Amino acid sequence: MARCVLLLGVAGVLLGCQDNPPARPVPGGDPAAGKQLLAERGCGSCHTIPGVSGANGLVGPPLDHFARRTYIAGEVINNADFLVRWIEVPQAIEPGTAMPNLGVTEGQARSMAAYLYTLH
Amino acid sequence: MSPWWQAHSALHPDGAQLSLIMDRLWSPMFAAAVAIFALVAGALGWALLRRRAAAEAPDDPALERGMRWTVSLATACTVAVLLVLLGLDISVSRATSAAPGRDALRVVVTGHQWWWEIRYGDTTSQRGVATANEIHVPVGRTVVLELRSTDVIHSVWPISLSAKMDEIPGKTNSMWLRADRPGVFRGQCAEYCGHQHAQMGFLVVAETAGSFERWLQAQREAAAPPADDLARHGQQVFLSTCALCHAVAGTPASGRAGPDLTHLAGRATIAAGTLPNTRGNLAGWILDPQAIKPGAYMPPSQLAPPDLHAVVAYLETLR
Repeated sequence: MARCVLLLGVAGVLLGCQDNPPARPVPGGDPAAGKQLLAERGCGSCHTIPGVSGANGLVGPPLDHFARRTYIAGEVINNADFLVRWIEVPQAIEPGTAMPNLGVTEGQARSMAAYLYTLH
Repeated sequence: MSPWWQAHSALHPDGAQLSLIMDRLWSPMFAAAVAIFALVAGALGWALLRRRAAAEAPDDPALERGMRWTVSLATACTVAVLLVLLGLDISVSRATSAAPGRDALRVVVTGHQWWWEIRYGDTTSQRGVATANEIHVPVGRTVVLELRSTDVIHSVWPISLSAKMDEIPGKTNSMWLRADRPGVFRGQCAEYCGHQHAQMGFLVVAETAGSFERWLQAQREAAAPPADDLARHGQQVFLSTCALCHAVAGTPASGRAGPDLTHLAGRATIAAGTLPNTRGNLAGWILDPQAIKPGAYMPPSQLAPPDLHAVVAYLETLR
């Protein structure tokens, strides 16, 4: 009996661990539009991005599990404000970064961020 | 935007040569095949359903005569149909291989593993035009493509414009096409030519005579010198890193191993139709082409971040 209870408890903890953390909202961001933009702008030539067609680049870090990453570029906390800024003007977050400024608008960056935050 | 099943379809012609093939050969052959299939299926059904007369009267001479007539008639019809189709085939082949008029535009298309070198003849004392993976043509004018190859056999297939034609090393083939309407039409290598055969695409850009002439004139110009410090630095990086394989007219860069980049920024795609020509794709392609097109002859480049930004900025000035 005690063993059963223990097993149930372990299973409960394991199941709890597998729960996705709550989605991070990005005000004004549309994940579907963001996915499209990530493909069109050529992000996939440098990054591997799950769900984005042709995005299997190895130049920069892979963006899988992006919603669970703690930092962006090893520089700032991974939150919506920093991520939108990073996509818009990478040099503003990390001067000297190789990531180019792709000339996306803030609205487009919000959508791209919203898609990246669907990647748990 | 046409739906995907009509986009670049050989069954929906955008050009005179393919229209001719479709109207005079493909459609009659399709109609004949459908009719013959219906007749054969009907005859089979009738044979399955009718009474077994032969089993009841095996030695009936009238039945024997009837069968002889039926078989003879079917043979004669088959021969007649084949002769008609052969006649259509010969007449269409003559029409599609006829020498085009003297006013035809000549374009040299040379296949390389895995991209297309495009050259417009030097008819005046001006510099000839060299570009890659994009064939601009005036709508309504016959264009003769002179086809060559530097390595293996490729095949030029402007899918909705004309039939395909091989490019054979050591030999010059030719084909013609004529676009009926302005538009951007996809083309593809149609002869397996190695690792990246599937990523060896091209675009046919059909435009009005006026805008075609303006395009050609602009292509004859050498590249404008870079106007700002970033692009000037990028040009230095380009000359020290890329110039042995790529040419930019007006600079010492004159490599012929890869595509001429004099007017790269005006092209819609990079890497032979593989990627849209955007800043992100350009940067990723320069750094690691092998991840995008494994086996391509372009090596990866290890550029410091400021050099990467500069060379991309320089390439974007090559309009």
